[in-house]
Amino acid sequence: MSAGIDLENVCCDFGSFRAVDTANVSIQPGEFFSFLGPSGCGKTTILRMISGFIDPTEGQIRIGGKDMKGQRPNQRPTALIFQNLALFPLMPIWENITFGLEVRGVDKVTRRAKAEELLRLVDLPGAGDKMVSQLSGGQKQRVAIARALAVEPAVMLLDEPLSALDLKLRQHMRAELRAIQKRTGVTFIYITHDQGEALAMSDRVGVMSQGRIQQIADPRDIYNNPVNGFVASFVGENNIFEGKAAAPSEGLAGFETAHGTFRARLAPDAVGKAVKLYVRPEHTVLTAKAGKENSVPVTITEVSFEGAFITVHGIGDSGKTITAEIRNDGSATVPDVGAKLHASFDAARASLLPDANVRA
Amino acid sequence: MQDLLRRYGPGLTGLISLLVAFWLVMLVIVPNITLFEQSFRPYLPVTEVGGPRDIYSFNNYLKVFDGDVTKTFFGHEYRIPVHVLTFSLTIWYSILVTITCFAIAYPLAFYLAKVVSPKSLPTLFLLLFVPLWVSEVLRAFAWWIILALKGPLNALLLFIGAIDKPVRWIVDYDAVMVGLVYTYVLFMLFPIYNAISSLDTNQIEAADDLGAPWWKIHLRIVMPHAKPGIASGSVMVFMLSAGSLLVPSILGSTTSQWFTQTIDQWFKDALDWNTASAYAFLLLILCTVFVSFAMWVFKVKLSDIAK
Repeated sequence: MSAGIDLENVCCDFGSFRAVDTANVSIQPGEFFSFLGPSGCGKTTILRMISGFIDPTEGQIRIGGKDMKGQRPNQRPTALIFQNLALFPLMPIWENITFGLEVRGVDKVTRRAKAEELLRLVDLPGAGDKMVSQLSGGQKQRVAIARALAVEPAVMLLDEPLSALDLKLRQHMRAELRAIQKRTGVTFIYITHDQGEALAMSDRVGVMSQGRIQQIADPRDIYNNPVNGFVASFVGENNIFEGKAAAPSEGLAGFETAHGTFRARLAPDAVGKAVKLYVRPEHTVLTAKAGKENSVPVTITEVSFEGAFITVHGIGDSGKTITAEIRNDGSATVPDVGAKLHASFDAARASLLPDANVRA
Repeated sequence: MQDLLRRYGPGLTGLISLLVAFWLVMLVIVPNITLFEQSFRPYLPVTEVGGPRDIYSFNNYLKVFDGDVTKTFFGHEYRIPVHVLTFSLTIWYSILVTITCFAIAYPLAFYLAKVVSPKSLPTLFLLLFVPLWVSEVLRAFAWWIILALKGPLNALLLFIGAIDKPVRWIVDYDAVMVGLVYTYVLFMLFPIYNAISSLDTNQIEAADDLGAPWWKIHLRIVMPHAKPGIASGSVMVFMLSAGSLLVPSILGSTTSQWFTQTIDQWFKDALDWNTASAYAFLLLILCTVFVSFAMWVFKVKLSDIAK
């Protein structure tokens, strides 16, 4: 039923512009895999190559082990959910859902029954005779999912389908999508520029920038152990220091900056490369006394209350702005604007990372 | 009106309104009403106009049923009033012209709207428009020359060996059809082009992705979306063809007669303006009825066409 997908050295050129550069990824059957990246990073191009609307310039795409070269979109075991959903406005909902069966010559009675079954699956029973224009955004979303599921695809491809919904509905649909994926066991490939969406739903995430896949890992690894500066800054916030790294010992290396000397993690493959220091605001601690290492004296300039946490902005004596996040659980005192404190971080929580992997 | 006054001042607004009113009343409404009124009165010598014999009746309209001719239809012989026959043939060939225009215009409109790159679109439109720069009379004569027995078409076909002896193209209604299709095909193309352009390309891709073959995509997605365009194009081509006088006069053969030619003969040869008017209104009314019927059959609303 569900199938794995392999991309082997896949490149795609539009004229002289390389939209996707040597993409290599192996997606397991039944996996929920997300491509995450800013607009123009090539993620939609990858999706369109898998669905068959664009041919790769180089490389091979295999679905369920079978080479897809020369296969038209209507011959592939994939179903694509478009960003704007592309429901057919002139057909009632049930005809929309079973359009894929209609073209396969399934008779009307069977199609009608199948439509009801799928509408129940996406929690919209009895909506079959309505028209697309009568549905709300979230309901249209469900119809699009049902329409794609009707052809029993081995792979579902989703192109930012939640981007048009409001925040609450988006969060609800995330859970819904995940549940439908678990229920049906179909391989989901999800495209998004929203890191929260990718981290919350996916088994694995591929972070992309400028046509290259930067890192493929599960959501925790992406957030906790980014391989380069691009991944670290695209997924979450950071305090970034520029400087020069010394030779590492036991995975930690000294790092000389204009704001002091720090110690942080340095991966073996980043040794010798130009690196910057990245530390997350929630790993930055504000204390009255200086810590024993990785400490910067700061003056608090702004305290903003965000609900679950409080963001504190400060400026160091050397002019460096630093952001710290305090959980709003009463465990730490919230500093006042103008307070003179010390911002420090644990060496194991800070990383020395090279810049994004891009073409020279 | 308030808006116009504020924007252009009373002088210019008054002038524009007057000119529009003059055009509408003096050049459209009054002549039509005059002809309509005349169509119910008999054709009389000038001295008797307004006399006791000058009364309203439907006699002019009923003249279409005068003068039977004998025709055979699949070996079956029947008699039909000659003007009714002309009228039926005019409608029939106008339908054929409409269908032919659709068959040519739809693929071309789809190609222009969805396939061709936007960069080459202005060039292609220019190529389509260039023939329109030449007067309709010259275009009809051009076809008359092309299709002539010793014309370039036969010469070309003889040269490449497709035929052994020249073919007579201007027989029956054949050349009239060619001329009408050529003259009115763009009136079909542009409404359909506009309609298809407004279709979200994702819908075509979605249907493709769901496994639909190309013809199914057209039948279920593109054509239903383009229906208002197809309808307004068809109405325009049909009405223009049925009302065309120039093309049937130039490209007609000895055996072809268009209903407009009959009207023309009442006007100019018989000098009977009353009957001519009656025939003209007959054509207008029956064509409107026919178009309304066709719209009802294809479930097209008037508001769709107005788009």
